[in-house]
Amino acid sequence: MTRFILRRLLQSGIVLLGVTLVVFLLLQLVPGDPVRVALGTRFDPETYEALRSRAGLDQPLPVQYASYVGHALTGDLGVSFRSGRPVTEIVLERLPATLSLAITAVVFALLVAFPLGVLSALRSGSVFDHAARVFSQFGVSVPDFWMGIMGILLFAGVLGWLPPSGYVALTEDPVGWASHVVLPAVTVGLVTASILTRFIRSSVLEVLAEDYVRTAEAKGLPTRVVVVRHVLRNALIPVVTVVAVQLASLLGGVIVIEVLFAWPGVGRLTYDAVQARDYPVLQGAILLVAALFLLVNLLVDLLYARLDPRIRVR
Amino acid sequence: MSGSDSTSRRALVALGRDPLAVTGGVVLVLLVVAGLAGSWLAPAGINEVDVDRMLQPPSWAHPFGTDELGRDVLSRVLVAARVSLQVGAVSVGIALLAGVTLGLFAGYYQGWLDNVLMRCMDVLFAFPVLLLAVAIVAVLGPGLSTAMVAIGVVYTPIFARVTRAGVLSVREQVFVRAAVATGASDLRIMRRHVLPNIAAPLIVQTSLSLAFAILSEAALSFLGLGVQPPEPAWGRMLYDGRGFVTDAWWLGFFPGAAIFLTVLAFNLVGDALRDVLDPRQLTVSEARRNAG
Repeated sequence: MTRFILRRLLQSGIVLLGVTLVVFLLLQLVPGDPVRVALGTRFDPETYEALRSRAGLDQPLPVQYASYVGHALTGDLGVSFRSGRPVTEIVLERLPATLSLAITAVVFALLVAFPLGVLSALRSGSVFDHAARVFSQFGVSVPDFWMGIMGILLFAGVLGWLPPSGYVALTEDPVGWASHVVLPAVTVGLVTASILTRFIRSSVLEVLAEDYVRTAEAKGLPTRVVVVRHVLRNALIPVVTVVAVQLASLLGGVIVIEVLFAWPGVGRLTYDAVQARDYPVLQGAILLVAALFLLVNLLVDLLYARLDPRIRVR
Repeated sequence: MSGSDSTSRRALVALGRDPLAVTGGVVLVLLVVAGLAGSWLAPAGINEVDVDRMLQPPSWAHPFGTDELGRDVLSRVLVAARVSLQVGAVSVGIALLAGVTLGLFAGYYQGWLDNVLMRCMDVLFAFPVLLLAVAIVAVLGPGLSTAMVAIGVVYTPIFARVTRAGVLSVREQVFVRAAVATGASDLRIMRRHVLPNIAAPLIVQTSLSLAFAILSEAALSFLGLGVQPPEPAWGRMLYDGRGFVTDAWWLGFFPGAAIFLTVLAFNLVGDALRDVLDPRQLTVSEARRNAG
């Protein structure tokens, strides 16, 4: 296990180094001078020189990269070209909004997908199974931002039950937060639910065909006991991985939903940084999301290896 | 019969027998017709502004209604099909070409080349698809061409992985060893013996990736980073109409429904192809998960 952990840590470290290189190179790909582009009409020589020097753009490229990685390791991702504030501070203050949306969406998705996937597998070939598969196909094909627009139209416009957009911090007003999070979380959650439903269904079907399940049934155990003790326990191990990966991708992948619902998370920050050409903030947000994604994947792999020893020897 | 002929024949038979795949295929044919002849089929000019008929609800004269500038939504939805097809074809073409080449070399030569190439793919895989596409477009500037390049880049690792996995199993086959023994060059072996035998998973991946590429372009256009006005694109139409959605539902409904039907059609065809050609490969949902 120790060898496996070390190998995975080394792999993740190498990939993270590659991620920093890609993020660093983004700034180099900007046509023209990125600081000048970012300042636009607010250009003045003093600010320009200060920002260039602070971003290290007056140094040779390898020195710039080494400095970028060195600073990133200490949590320093530079300063915003727009506000002059530290990027780490800006990104971290947006993280709670994204986390609260992503976690709510995944919880909603699980509440929908778990019964749907399990029952669909247990009643394979039934009308219920077909309905669950239609739902699943719908979910993976529908653009989430379209579903969001339709949600706003119905629940905010026609029925007037929910606010169309906006954000209230959970710590300030839990009820206000809940009323604002419902639409974006359900929008994202339905897509996630359709993905999870498929996984849970196929995972349960796979375990149902195992010999030990047949043996348990042959022993005369009640169906409920067979399902809970033998089928679900084993079928849900791979599902843990998928849920974690879904959560990780939602942390960076809800950019469109955050823009649509004016949700001030990391996705919205990325969008605003693109609009303002605030490249250090864009780089910081992307680096944080990719690092989180890698971390979650690493933790999932380690957890999975702990739960299923076969993984370690592959 | 060559491997690719037999693969194509099996694929066609599969499509013909599966009612869902046939439905998907019909939608795709209609999409291609709209893409090729959208300008002729459109009842009005796509940029015909008329302030007297702004935000008109659907009617016989304008079945999908009119937008905030009085333009006919049906005409714009029809013409925008071309953009979606173009983005799908070009971006998946880029991903296919780059991914297959990288995966082929990595899987065939293995060793340090395999390690370097696949670690590079791992790096690209560490970014959520849309976020990386947004970053690339943000740097290169918004527009159709950069959106296509960005989507092509972010989907390259999927093709590289699928190709490499296929090559690893095929390169140990007797017919490849026989070709090596006859003194055939590596490039010839890859082209004549390896590629045709890994066509099945690549066809499936291409079909599914087309769906995701169209979805990604719609998302980029929705963020104002894809197709620029006045050219119509479904995502852009949703972006432009979102401020009016509670007063004019048709502005949000029809372009989104067009994206949904197109993506659904590609997924249905892709699923049917996978069931026949490559049952062990990823499901649509797995592929979408990988797509971030």
